[in-house]
Amino acid sequence: MNGKVTLENMSVHFGNNHAVKNVSMDFAAHSVTAIIGPSGCGKSTLLRSLNRMHDLVPSAKVSGTILVDGKNLYDRSIDPVAIRRKIGMVFQKPNPFPAMSIYDNVVAGYKLNSRMNRAVADEIVETCLKRVALWDEVKDRLKSSAMDLSGGQQQRLCIARTIAVQPEVILMDEPCSALDPIATLKIEELIEELKERFTIIIVTHNMQQAARVSDSTAFMYMGELVENGATKKIFTTPEKKQTEDYITGRFG
Amino acid sequence: MQGMTVRHIKNHAARAIMLIATLILLTPLCLIFFHLLKMGFSSLSLDFFTQIPKPTGESGGGMANGIFGSSLLILFASLLGLPIGVLGAVYLTEFNGGRFATTIRFSADVLAGVPSIITGMVAYSLLVLPMKGFSALAGAVALSLIMIPIVLRTTEEQLKMVPGTLREASLALGVPLWRTSLKVILVSARKGVITGILLAVARIAGESAPLLFTALGNQFWSRNLTEPIAALPLQIFSFAIAPYEEWHRLAWAGALVLVVTMFTLNLGARLIGRRS
Ligand SMILES: Nc1ncnc2c1ncn2[C@@H]1O[C@H](COP(=O)(O)OP(=O)(O)OP(=O)(O)O)[C@@H](O)[C@H]1O
Ligand SMILES: [Mg+2]
Repeated sequence: MNGKVTLENMSVHFGNNHAVKNVSMDFAAHSVTAIIGPSGCGKSTLLRSLNRMHDLVPSAKVSGTILVDGKNLYDRSIDPVAIRRKIGMVFQKPNPFPAMSIYDNVVAGYKLNSRMNRAVADEIVETCLKRVALWDEVKDRLKSSAMDLSGGQQQRLCIARTIAVQPEVILMDEPCSALDPIATLKIEELIEELKERFTIIIVTHNMQQAARVSDSTAFMYMGELVENGATKKIFTTPEKKQTEDYITGRFG
Repeated sequence: MQGMTVRHIKNHAARAIMLIATLILLTPLCLIFFHLLKMGFSSLSLDFFTQIPKPTGESGGGMANGIFGSSLLILFASLLGLPIGVLGAVYLTEFNGGRFATTIRFSADVLAGVPSIITGMVAYSLLVLPMKGFSALAGAVALSLIMIPIVLRTTEEQLKMVPGTLREASLALGVPLWRTSLKVILVSARKGVITGILLAVARIAGESAPLLFTALGNQFWSRNLTEPIAALPLQIFSFAIAPYEEWHRLAWAGALVLVVTMFTLNLGARLIGRRS
């Protein structure tokens, strides 16, 4: 196994609820991997174990091995705060910081941690907003509240905020589910560009979206990884009956 | 049609009852306010805010030392009580959801219900006795003990209302939990927190019982934290029961100033709370 992120027999329990069951798989560097599956099958749970978001849930227990660049993510020597800087996350609902301006939102990852040189901040804001194709829309009102933006703009701002701290991996949990088709299209184009620099893992309910944006797809069902492989193959010639049924919309 | 009319009658009756209840509620408030205005306003003068009480028999004088003393007591009570109340609330919501938090919460509720005269007695035995003297410091501690549970509980309520997605957004950027709590969660809840703080300040501004055997009161100027200090509520009390017409007038003026201050604080709190 030689992916950027590798799972070996990874499980997540919430108390007695075995939410993710013995999953082993690779996430290749500089590619987009989509995780699909019916509601409640453990997609978000799997994704959130990759940046140690479960650390804050007392009932959650992650077992097995998660390797990032060959290092065990849950090793005692690993600092979860440093890990989250390396493995960023974009959430289902756009969640910019409401008390901050557009500008401050982009550099929030720095400003919340330390003081910041103004020129450096300006540079980061411009680069990141350009990369998410938001610069032209907001360059004249960088100081206004992030809450004044539309949902799609807010989500692109959240992506800008995530890439600003220069992560290596970006986790996205249904990043378009609160957006209209046009905003969704923009995010999808963005994902396409981002994969040159980042390793992207995206959870989605939208089959077409998975087919459009991802290189590999993993199908989960009831906490188990049923099948994973090249997206084209999963969507045309899946090996398992369950996968085929789900993709063709016969259940889920 | 029949049901419609009955419903209309019920509707009007309910409205009428609510209106009457509101009027009953407003009556004492208006009575207090107008009575204070009538009695106190004529005694208010520049002297009231700049002079200390004159010896008995002389006319004039004011309550400047009481106003100053109360401000000082409130300032030091806040310096002690606000950090403990606010940071305690952050700790309870962000770091500890277990039995410890429940215990603290329960203790805070009990403390909030303790009559303030008893809070004064506690400060008396903890500070006045060991220090062998009444002091402004003991008064400030007593007031802060009243303030802490109020600030703790209101702040906690406000922090709980901040959506969890903001916490996650900050953590996902590699911001440690404690920084997230202070710079994202607390900042997002700041308006509600300030409202709670103003209400707590308004509450202690009018307290006299806990000051009776801590700050004690003082006829003269004092800036010394280890000496007895004048406080407006105490001064109102001692002047109101004194047998001098002149002092009664000062007491009314003091009461008016106190009520206006509290009214302003409450109004400010509501305004800030509403703007969010
Ligand atoms: N914080 C939590 N505490 C307890 N149980 C949880 C928690 N989060 C998720 N679970 C449980 O884990 C299982 C998987 O949930 P998860 O959110 O990962 O599903 P999902 O595939 O992301 O679903 P959806 O598509 O609806 O988002 C569910 O049974 C859920 O109840
Ligand atoms: Mg989910």
